[in-house]
Amino acid sequence: MGQGVEVVGLYVRDQEEARAFYVEKLGFRVHTDVKNGDYRWLTVQHPDQPSFQLGLFLPGPPTIDAATAKAVAGIVAKGAMPPLVLAVDDCRAAYERWRARGVEFTQEPVERYGNVDASFRDPSGNGWKLVQSRK
Amino acid sequence: MGDDPELLRRLLRAKDRMDAASHEDWPVRRLARVSGVSEAHFARRFKDAFGVPPHRYLLSRRIERAAAMLRDTDLSVTEIAFATGWKSLGTFGRTFRDVTSESPGDRRARERAAGNGPGRVPACYLAAAHRPDLRIAVSEKRRRAAGGRT
Repeated sequence: MGQGVEVVGLYVRDQEEARAFYVEKLGFRVHTDVKNGDYRWLTVQHPDQPSFQLGLFLPGPPTIDAATAKAVAGIVAKGAMPPLVLAVDDCRAAYERWRARGVEFTQEPVERYGNVDASFRDPSGNGWKLVQSRK
Repeated sequence: MGDDPELLRRLLRAKDRMDAASHEDWPVRRLARVSGVSEAHFARRFKDAFGVPPHRYLLSRRIERAAAMLRDTDLSVTEIAFATGWKSLGTFGRTFRDVTSESPGDRRARERAAGNGPGRVPACYLAAAHRPDLRIAVSEKRRRAAGGRT
């Protein structure tokens, strides 16, 4: 690829659980999943977006100390991480499909200003907005 | 105990449920069940996690939603009061004024005059950004305001 944002990471409470959620429930693909000792570098990709990777990282030593990791885990579990937005062609269809797979939706599809949006959380607590923009 | 991520995740579920249906009644019993926390401990745990007691959080969400409806819809103030979970127009008007220092009608007139469109910020995030920051109880705010006028 050329220049631009290539990887943005989320903190998750369990990488195995996160991998299963993003791949099996949301349909992402695994881009990289490698272990180096206890450290695991795990990134997934949206199938339509090959130049971008979403990292699913576990907060913890050695990258951050244990006390900080615990604080971060609490922040994630309280849903206090910044907004995440996933664009879809058909919000209501995605809602039905993913809800049937057990995705935890926190808001049903709502139409606002011609856009349709819904909200869901990953198992760790990261909150996603699912947005279908007016064409 | 208070910062156990697994407990916090379950408390978040109760907060999410209030967000999704802030017009509904949310007695502690119902919230505690959503979180899998005992009724006796729920309010304390929620406040430790999110900084406000659950009933005040719900109140701030109702005011946020009412403010958005005043701005974005043509529903009457009465319709908005009932749609956002108040049992009477009087309680809604008084609470809205106590929290925002403006009556619902004045808020609508001001927003309309300013002509603020949603612009490029997703509507839900914009509404959340204008959520009232209720650091003290409404009754306390009312009391202080009354004191200030004497």
